[in-house]
Amino acid sequence: MRIQGRIWKFGDDVSTDLIIPGRHLNSYDPDHLAAHAMEGASKEFSSQVEGGDIVLAGRNFGCGSSREQAVTALVHSHISCVVARSYARIFYRNAVNLGLPVFESDEAYETFTDGEVAVIDTDLKSPSLSTAGCAHQVMLSAVPHHAARILESGGLVPYVKTRIDGGMLDDK
Amino acid sequence: MVEAVPDLVLSHENTFLVSNSFDEFGLEGPWDSSRMVVVLDHRIPAHNLETAKVHSRIRELVRRYGVQRFHDVGDGVCHQLLIERRYARPGMLVLGTDSHTTTTGAVGAFGTGIGATEMAGVWALGSIWLKVPETVRVTLDGVLEKLVCSKDVALSLASRFGPSGADYRCMEFSGAAVPSFSISSRMTLCNMAMEMGAKAALFPTDEVTREWYPGDDSAVEGGCSSDDDAAFCEEVHVDLGEIPPMVSGPHRVEAAQSVEAFEELQIDQAFIGSCTNGRLEDIESAAGILNGRKVAPCCRLLVAPASREVLSDSIQQGYISAIVAAGGIMLPPGCGPCLGAHSGVLGPGEVCISSSNRNFPGRMGSDAAEIYLASPATVAASAVAGAIADPRRYLV
Repeated sequence: MRIQGRIWKFGDDVSTDLIIPGRHLNSYDPDHLAAHAMEGASKEFSSQVEGGDIVLAGRNFGCGSSREQAVTALVHSHISCVVARSYARIFYRNAVNLGLPVFESDEAYETFTDGEVAVIDTDLKSPSLSTAGCAHQVMLSAVPHHAARILESGGLVPYVKTRIDGGMLDDK
Repeated sequence: MVEAVPDLVLSHENTFLVSNSFDEFGLEGPWDSSRMVVVLDHRIPAHNLETAKVHSRIRELVRRYGVQRFHDVGDGVCHQLLIERRYARPGMLVLGTDSHTTTTGAVGAFGTGIGATEMAGVWALGSIWLKVPETVRVTLDGVLEKLVCSKDVALSLASRFGPSGADYRCMEFSGAAVPSFSISSRMTLCNMAMEMGAKAALFPTDEVTREWYPGDDSAVEGGCSSDDDAAFCEEVHVDLGEIPPMVSGPHRVEAAQSVEAFEELQIDQAFIGSCTNGRLEDIESAAGILNGRKVAPCCRLLVAPASREVLSDSIQQGYISAIVAAGGIMLPPGCGPCLGAHSGVLGPGEVCISSSNRNFPGRMGSDAAEIYLASPATVAASAVAGAIADPRRYLV
């Protein structure tokens, strides 16, 4: 799927404390979390982000606390995906489990700037990020097979449901 | 990649989130509630209606599922209880909905953090997919100077590895100095390995581990150590004698230097506690400095023991009297201040020195506050001085 959106660019080591500070974890309301998404890293993000926008980040995105609300806040900001140079392990799994596409690329980070409008192709096998007129296209790393299966299901809950419905609870 | 069956699954207040996802499966209950440990520790006792509702829902849930290993508010911090209650044992696979689940490596259990929805999947399937990590070996040699402890070693390692230097890897501790590390100090190192990105951290199963399970040799049967010809993706050597008291911050754990670099920096709050450094030996070292002294007038000292047992032992040893007489404020056994969730929240422009594990902006409250990380001894010395201070100045 190709989606056009604004690039929100962040640096290295953006922690889950920056994505959703602990003071907001009292609430489990996804819209409340989205209203404070990226609050520690950008004062404008939560009020200006629009559906389809793209979060572009440096290395080790989502480091720190395992709080899944960091992903929930981004999902309910209706961004199309995150593209980062690399991810912290737990954040990556949480994103996949909640159905948020996460792609890796060094080149995209070097190519695109904050505020630029770009087009993301979220094909998990050959994802790409292109400039608005598609004059320049950067290929992103393909999503690993197992993560892709979960993302294609729409996240871990539907994925596990399929396994349960298929009687796969008994064959381990 | 492997599909692995966990021996223990841990969740805290986010059990609420786990159950929200789990309910979507329409199953009667988790695959094996005897492997579940549920602890209320992050926001205790409930400080507002939202939290009270979450706690009530979790109490109802553990009753319904028959979870025996449920710890209500006041028992302590989840990672502390896994080890203190001997739930975690050598060779176990432990999954927890908290990043610091790496702490169980202190007793040779492979502990790793996962998210809430992932845990719902584990409750349903009884298994998880994991990539078998490469291992980085940290060899500990030499002897620590007095009032220098495993937290200083951890901060020193953080400055070498950075926040992702051990990403996706298991950090294994070895070397001639391993027997000198207590279970408590091993917990601190395994806990802080998370701040270097580690998926898990492991101490070998040795005499210290065996002594942790008195009269129960079977407890350590699953324990293991690396083969002599094991391959490591990276090797790091630490000479313990060269490590000074370390302070890190603000904002980045790896911004750690000798305490000298920060001395005389004014502080507003000092916090001793958390899964990193809230144990008996931590409170003992802080009380040793505070005994007969006073917290500086401009400064608040907060102390939260990691568990009821730690609190009780600290009372018996007289440590709490020393802390309270010095002007310290006791908090219930829990996580609160470390993540700005409950008690001890920092205002804009405030400076805190903390024995916890993270100093990210906004972690303990305002984005415009500064957090410095250090050992309990350094935190206590700083509370007395009203500014970051070298604990060795208070050696008696």
